[in-house]
Amino acid sequence: MKIELIVNGEQCEADVWEGESLLYALRERLGLYGSKNACEQGECGSCSVLLDGSLVCACLVLAAQAEGHEVVTVEGLADANGLHPVQEAFVETGAVQCGFCTPGLVVATTELLRQNPDPSDDEIREALSGNLCRCTGYTKIFDAVRLAAQRA
Amino acid sequence: MSRVMPGTEARLGWIGESVRRVDGIPKTTGEFEYASDLQVAGMLWGHTLRSPYAHARVRAIDLSGALSVAGVHAVLTHSDVPGRKTYGLEFQDQPVLAIDRVRYFGEPVAIVAAEHPEQARRAAERIVVDYEPLVPIVDPERATESEPLHPDPESHVSDHYLRDPRPNVLRTMRIIHGDPDARGDVVVEGTYELGSQDQAFLGPESGLAVPDGKGGVDVYVATQWLHVDREQVAPCLGLPEEQVRIHLAGVGGAFGGREDLSIQIHAALLALHTSRPVKMVYNRQESFSGHVHRHPARIRAEHRATRDGRLVCVQMRILLDGGAYASSSTAVTANATSFACGPYAVPNALIETMSVFTNNPPCGAMRGFGAVQTCFAAEAQMDKLAQALEIDPVELRLLNALGTGDTLPTGQRITSSLPVAEVIRRCAALREPDPEELPRAAIRLPGGAGNTTRGEGVKRGVGFAVGFKNIAYSEGFDDSCAARVRLHEDGSAEVHCAAAEVGQGVTNVILQVARTELATDDVRIAPVTTAAVGSSGSASASRMTWMASGAVRDACRAALVEREARGGGEVDVERVYRHRRTAPLDPETGQVGELPAHVAFACAAMKVIAEVDVELGLTRVVWIGTAQDVGKAVNPQAVEGQIEGGTAQGLGLALMEEIQTRDGLITNASFTDYLIPTALDVPPIVSELVEHPEPDAPYGVKGVGEPPTVVSTAAIVAALRDATGRELARVPVRPDDIVGLQ
Repeated sequence: MKIELIVNGEQCEADVWEGESLLYALRERLGLYGSKNACEQGECGSCSVLLDGSLVCACLVLAAQAEGHEVVTVEGLADANGLHPVQEAFVETGAVQCGFCTPGLVVATTELLRQNPDPSDDEIREALSGNLCRCTGYTKIFDAVRLAAQRA
Repeated sequence: MSRVMPGTEARLGWIGESVRRVDGIPKTTGEFEYASDLQVAGMLWGHTLRSPYAHARVRAIDLSGALSVAGVHAVLTHSDVPGRKTYGLEFQDQPVLAIDRVRYFGEPVAIVAAEHPEQARRAAERIVVDYEPLVPIVDPERATESEPLHPDPESHVSDHYLRDPRPNVLRTMRIIHGDPDARGDVVVEGTYELGSQDQAFLGPESGLAVPDGKGGVDVYVATQWLHVDREQVAPCLGLPEEQVRIHLAGVGGAFGGREDLSIQIHAALLALHTSRPVKMVYNRQESFSGHVHRHPARIRAEHRATRDGRLVCVQMRILLDGGAYASSSTAVTANATSFACGPYAVPNALIETMSVFTNNPPCGAMRGFGAVQTCFAAEAQMDKLAQALEIDPVELRLLNALGTGDTLPTGQRITSSLPVAEVIRRCAALREPDPEELPRAAIRLPGGAGNTTRGEGVKRGVGFAVGFKNIAYSEGFDDSCAARVRLHEDGSAEVHCAAAEVGQGVTNVILQVARTELATDDVRIAPVTTAAVGSSGSASASRMTWMASGAVRDACRAALVEREARGGGEVDVERVYRHRRTAPLDPETGQVGELPAHVAFACAAMKVIAEVDVELGLTRVVWIGTAQDVGKAVNPQAVEGQIEGGTAQGLGLALMEEIQTRDGLITNASFTDYLIPTALDVPPIVSELVEHPEPDAPYGVKGVGEPPTVVSTAAIVAALRDATGRELARVPVRPDDIVGLQ
């Protein structure tokens, strides 16, 4: 089946089968490999995207459900002027190791700071508790969130 | 990236500076290409049919249903493996595809290639395998009384192993040191148990095999050691090594779980069979069967000491469940045995370790590699001793701390740096946070929002632990790393090294060494491939920083000499670095001969503040402070990152992570049922880097990846014991253990 949706501001069309997830469609149909496939059951947050401005796991949304909706992926955050401040902060604080969780965490952090520009440590932990990271122990990810918040 | 001319003061990215990761920006924008992101025109998708049994005879396989599925290009079994039918890291005991028997749940039986991954999955479902289920061996204690899983008694022997003819013995090892009957004034005993831990790297096993049209194949894969992959893949394909090129694709974490092969041979077989590129990606459930795990262990320990707190004798019996195939279990056995006593001077010891074959999931390398299990037991014993002797646990550890010049239970004298007392002192001096008042927000209670009380049952505990392990390969294994440096006429340089960047940051280390040696920032790291440079050895054993530093340093220096000799022009040199030789221990006594068994060691001390709700059985790790012996920190920010991440993995084993099995079948193969620490579980971690240059290592470096994982499980459980007064002899600690339910 054909679906139309807006991805990172651009009108897109994809030919998907009924059981296909939005994650698969983004990656394999639209070539946006930034959203990652670590658990594919909504536990790890590696595929976090914004669907009409709400943070969702793209693996739990059917591609067909995104018909007519707007999706922002990690590829849509940086603009022509360079990295998004959250991306900048992740690199600077050493919050990236293997990086597989990073796109999801960058999207989740962006959404956190939009809703709450000055989050407390507990609020950061709670907001990011749906995004698993196996490498960093989260310490430097929290540093990144605080740095991005300070600079905003 | 900075472009600074040589000779100026404002140098960026040389040894000792915190440098931004070279792959940092593409990893935050989503552009970084992981193995699971690879794609190429005309690509097929591979899928693996796996055994639903832990132990069964394979009587027949009917492929006809699968071959008739639309879009399917190949369905292969063991009879399609053109070369050697088995592979393995230390013994070639693992079938590429099951031959007549399956020995563990999830063992590969057949592989399919199709146009769409869903077609491949559905075709695999239509393969009919006629299994005759056999009784699985699931209790490691009874393995030696069972029928042998690998019937050839010579299949897993080596000259430097103690001969043990009992069935299903993978390796038996013994250290007899001094007089094991030596008595102390005080004796403490304990039996400890650890569950099996999964590496749970986030990037699933994946790769792409591309036939070269001339009978050879290129495999792009997330791995920890390209050349040893090639060594195993080529014979199974029936090809000479030159026709198999392994290229490193983006790796989403490893932690030991990518030392063994996963998709490599399968994808290559399908690609050669179909003459099409074939991609394979495991899903999370499959990943739990797609790699080896940390060995579950049962450890019985007895510590004897004098009244003033000096260790007199340690006796330990260690049982490791190796699962169905050998993988690196024999080396894990050696490590568990070598480090059983912890970083303490022990004049007399008897350590006996046995690893066995069972039909449980195969075990092999995971961060800490045998030392995690024994540290958990040994440190619990030290706390028991401290209690029995009424000595402060930190003081007791200081009193017995090993150091340079001391002798290990293997008879090896420590000639390298090992500042155990200093890491203990510096860790103990870290100031922990004051106790928090009640009432407080639920998120700050044990169990977080799941805690329905006002904190009436919350008790606070302090735990302390020390641990150590070896750096680099041991027991005479030829440990080498190659690097190749090309100097261009424009002054720029290109470095080739096959060291796998698995997230740990070795690419930056290579870059920093090359910049320092060549006195230029204009250094490029070439793609990592077997086609351009010799073996680096594996990104494991906390060895890659040391070994890659040595190789890149030597190659850079040789390149400069050659350019000087030639008076300029293009230079291309390759050098192989080796650390000093090691040798196996005596098989009967576990004692060293003339050469040491281990080249070097690293230690860490950790202090943990934890809160436990003793009524609900819920826990909260409040704060962790640690001091680690790091030699010389090449990139301090990255070293801290290793310590924080390694600590979190130990926290997982302490509190939540265990692969659960029933009759050998994994029952929690998902991130819904196998929990790893989240942002709410890992507390603030304060780390002190203790820098004593390692005399034999380039720039004085040491490996840093494993010591935090070795020590943190022990330290966290120590804090829970302090809070609850319970023995808590098994990890992961469950709520039932805390409230005392059986």
